[in-house]
Amino acid sequence: MSGFEGNGRPLLEVEDLVVRYRVARGLSGTILRRPQRHVHAVSGVSLTVARGEMVALVGESGCGKTTTAQAILRLVHADSGRVSFDGLDVMSLPQDELRALRRRMQIIYQDPYESLDPRFRVSTTVAEPLVIHRIGSRSERRKAVDRALEQVGLAPAELFADRFPHELSGGQRQRVAIASSLVLAPDLLVADEPVSMLDVSVRAGILGILDELRDQGLAVLMITHDLSTAARFADRICVMYLGRIVEEGPAREVIDKPRHPYTKALLSVVPRRDPRHRAELEILKGETPNPIEVPTGCRFHPRCPVAISACRETDPELRAAAGERGHRAACILA
Amino acid sequence: MAQLFEVEDLNVWFDLPNGRKLHAVQGVSFSVEPGTRLGMVGESGCGKTTTVLALMGLLPPTATVSGRVLLDGADLLERGEETVSPHRWKDIAMVFQGAMNAFDPVRRIGDQIAEPMELHGLAKGREAAARVRELLETVGISPTRARSYPHELSGGMRQRAAIAMALACSPRILLADEPTTALDVMVQAQVLELLTYLSNELGLALVFVTHDLPIVAQTCTRAAVMYAGRIVEQGPTEALYHETRHPYTRMLWAATPDLDARDDVVSIPGVPPRLDTELHGCPFAPRCYLAASRCTTERPELLAVGDGHVSACHFSSSVEVAA
Repeated sequence: MSGFEGNGRPLLEVEDLVVRYRVARGLSGTILRRPQRHVHAVSGVSLTVARGEMVALVGESGCGKTTTAQAILRLVHADSGRVSFDGLDVMSLPQDELRALRRRMQIIYQDPYESLDPRFRVSTTVAEPLVIHRIGSRSERRKAVDRALEQVGLAPAELFADRFPHELSGGQRQRVAIASSLVLAPDLLVADEPVSMLDVSVRAGILGILDELRDQGLAVLMITHDLSTAARFADRICVMYLGRIVEEGPAREVIDKPRHPYTKALLSVVPRRDPRHRAELEILKGETPNPIEVPTGCRFHPRCPVAISACRETDPELRAAAGERGHRAACILA
Repeated sequence: MAQLFEVEDLNVWFDLPNGRKLHAVQGVSFSVEPGTRLGMVGESGCGKTTTVLALMGLLPPTATVSGRVLLDGADLLERGEETVSPHRWKDIAMVFQGAMNAFDPVRRIGDQIAEPMELHGLAKGREAAARVRELLETVGISPTRARSYPHELSGGMRQRAAIAMALACSPRILLADEPTTALDVMVQAQVLELLTYLSNELGLALVFVTHDLPIVAQTCTRAAVMYAGRIVEQGPTEALYHETRHPYTRMLWAATPDLDARDDVVSIPGVPPRLDTELHGCPFAPRCYLAASRCTTERPELLAVGDGHVSACHFSSSVEVAA
């Protein structure tokens, strides 16, 4: 398969990733030696992304999807687990080698109004990664910038190269942000809610660019809260709840045949375009509990509509169903 | 009999620092009845928020407003603030965009919800506190939360509290500007369920501003699509989806991914026009797949295309076929 390396392994492999943050105890807590508490942001996440594949990490705010991505790129410290990128162990890489690796893994953020420096012309923003990594001569950089701009649909490049961010629309800004990631010709692109700040009229254009890059062999990890977008654009979907992946599989299968009660509930409340669509809404009560006190057993059981007493004790592992390769759910009832 | 709430030929101009005027709302008309929900949709900058702020009389002094806003047949715009203020919060209330972040962080939630009642002399002291508990219960928050501070509530709960505050004086019309935009899909479902309940059970008339078409499709009885300050199509929500009569509406649907559909998601080329210069012809023509020479010279009027369904397009009967 073209999506895999010569050794048959996917480009990015994450195994049992754990990220915890310490909760500040305050002065009195420290003096009284209250036990140190932790926010369990990511509690054992495993996932893979192959070349030419788009994987969507979906879930509600606070479920740990952004922290997972940041830990993969070593932008935050992971407490344990393993991240392997093209066979390299990302977590134990020394700083200088990490820097070289960063050329190959890029991230784009949600807000194109904040991620671009307002004083930089488009060409300066897009060329900056090349300057930082000391790549190419001035004229070579200029060519690379033009190529990246045209790749994201800002063509002809000379029409946009000298503009400032305030002269661009939101969609055009996000294209510039993508161009400045592409200029380094990365192998992996992490897109953190790439369209949620944009008007619906331009979202499809941005997602179309990611789609095309994927077809050209880029590995894309998209973080999104929008299941409709994930369903339409991703090859595989990983659903996160409270720091864990609770279901993963081929996008259409997860959407059409969800097996985890949380995925089922989420899908039931996604508004559809057709006003005649009438589904039984499964509205979960309350909100995701805070990740400081994670429930025992299955972390979803306090909100689960079908939980049985065993769910309070057993912490379920991701398991595949018979005959469904690559579709796994963490539920003893699935 | 007069409608509960009628907006007729509403226009809003903003004075720009360069001496020009920006015509943000251009002849908007619609009406709402008790128990109905009207969705207003369109891209950012199309005039949705300006329209509802004008109805509340909350525009800044740089704005000039014309037209009629009739409540039980009486014009609220007639003498400006003097005619609007007796009805603000009492008959027409609003939930603002990001309302959940607009609470005063150092005052208890209950006291803030009681404020509009005290302001209008409807209730105070113990009576107001009892009403606050009742309101919290209506929006699905435990009445004991009245003593909580905003930071002690989650985002979804603060948004419900903002709705409770808007309901404090028992309004008949509720204007909601992107009430679920910052919320997660599950909490969004809870808030939409609440708004639908309030409208069905208490007869509240709802005007729902959002950029999210599926929310309108699942929540509203009618929808108005705005473009460049005007309503370009309005009708029953079902008709707007199944018998679309304006290319802009058609293209908005096509740009929206759907969980069950597998059709291509297509963005709308170009950008909306600037509103500080006078437009000739149809403002959507430069981005439209149906545009013909007539569209660049002759502005289409809003004409009836079905039962309670209007569209401003010279080629409204070709929309479905061509898409």
